[in-house]
Amino acid sequence: MLCDQCHERDAVLNLTQIVENAVTQLHLCEKCAAERGIETTVSMPKHPLGDFLQAVQQQALLLPGDATKCSYCGISLKDFRASGRLGCAHCYGAFEQSLRDLLRRVHGSAQHVGRTYAVPNPELLERDVSLGALRAQLQKAIESEEFESAARLRDEIRTLEIALIR
Amino acid sequence: MTLDLSLLPDGGVPWLAASGEHSGIVLSSRIRFARNVAGYAFTARARDGERLRVLAQVREAVPRVPSLVNSVVLRLDEMNLTERQLLHERHLVSKELAALEGGAEARSGAAVLVSDDAGVMVNEEDHLRLQVFRSGFDVNGAFQAATKLDRELGGEVPYAFHHEFGFLTSCPTNTGTGMRASVLIHLPGLVLTQEISKVLQGLQQMGLTYRGLYGEGSEVIGNFFQISNQTTMGRSEDELAEHLTRVVRRVIEQEEEARRVLLRDAGYIIEDKLWRAYGTLRHARSLPADEAMNLLSGVRLAVGLQLLSGLSVYTLNKLLIFSQSAHLSLEAGRTLTESEANLARARHVRQVLASEAGLADR
Repeated sequence: MLCDQCHERDAVLNLTQIVENAVTQLHLCEKCAAERGIETTVSMPKHPLGDFLQAVQQQALLLPGDATKCSYCGISLKDFRASGRLGCAHCYGAFEQSLRDLLRRVHGSAQHVGRTYAVPNPELLERDVSLGALRAQLQKAIESEEFESAARLRDEIRTLEIALIR
Repeated sequence: MTLDLSLLPDGGVPWLAASGEHSGIVLSSRIRFARNVAGYAFTARARDGERLRVLAQVREAVPRVPSLVNSVVLRLDEMNLTERQLLHERHLVSKELAALEGGAEARSGAAVLVSDDAGVMVNEEDHLRLQVFRSGFDVNGAFQAATKLDRELGGEVPYAFHHEFGFLTSCPTNTGTGMRASVLIHLPGLVLTQEISKVLQGLQQMGLTYRGLYGEGSEVIGNFFQISNQTTMGRSEDELAEHLTRVVRRVIEQEEEARRVLLRDAGYIIEDKLWRAYGTLRHARSLPADEAMNLLSGVRLAVGLQLLSGLSVYTLNKLLIFSQSAHLSLEAGRTLTESEANLARARHVRQVLASEAGLADR
């Protein structure tokens, strides 16, 4: 439906006015509604990522102490800036300083309050850490075209991953 | 795979029952926890095999998780678009998990476990999205059930957790508790009296945010708002749930007050407008989705104001969900075009209302 006022844009707001018992119905686009001083509650709510990505953009430089890349999943802070998504749990360690700063801006605090958690089987997590190291080695082996050790690492990773499920 | 809806306990939507407190105004209360399984890259970064292993690990744990023992596993990566959309219309899966945009297939390992009122989305933006719905205004009930599910599942599947940052999520806006508490609320009184923007601004000042009927990125339509906490860190899960409950209770009072004002200052105009909405739904031959939603909003208000009796909120809740496109397509046995869906929607609404008409007409 087109806007009743400008007849150009799509109407996003259905305005019902009651003046001295007479009802008028107007379908307005966001712009014409704004001109009449009506806040458009029907428009898309502001994306929460908007603020947050802006906050990320402002961090032009790596904070000291942060890695350039996550050794587990391989994403950089730049990749994170582009997508707004971290690659894995280990990114929180790799980019700890920058993330602490960011979390504080997004949530007003960078300290988790509330339920704590202990993994049911800590042995699994040790495997998880060695998996990360193996994956990093695999990446290096592929980059330097050492295919024999890459194949060996791949098999080791597979064995560990299967063990993790069991 | 063909989606067999009879497998779903209560169709996966027991919250439509309109049984909880203030169910005329609050359709549902929901708690969700975002969790990731330790040992894998987050979903977007994970390889196909890793996502399948996440799913396998969760399924393997199900027999030891009381909240999920009776659950059904639905594989979105084996469904067609209409089936995935239908699950989305029932709020069982997010738009992202159902891959509704861009004609894409659902990613491998994308699945949802559905139990009575609990569900787990697998391989959404985070590996696991645990959610519990309750009918009406019952944030605490949903919170208790979701917490139980979370403890049970977390005791079987290792979550990614950090001593300082809490539960680790793909997007830092969810880090910490990973919890989103929300209510789906109908606020036509505040919209008609134009008080709504003040109320929404107030929400934002109190750390809450609002979205449309289908959550993030969805439009507000039919005066249905989803109100939820904006931040997930720095406050405990209990505090987040209590805070939402407190603020929403106040919003309900304001909505009730707005309805009293409407009836007092514009009684017969409102009555006429709402009966017209009912008349259109009873007799229209073609109903576009948006129009149906707006008319249903009007009739819901009429029932709330006791102008229209005999029509149950349960029926209106069902119409809201079951008159959507994918539901109509599934009923027709094929994918309907938009204009075909409009005809089918009008027919569906007419039939449902006619069966309760003896009660409603007076």
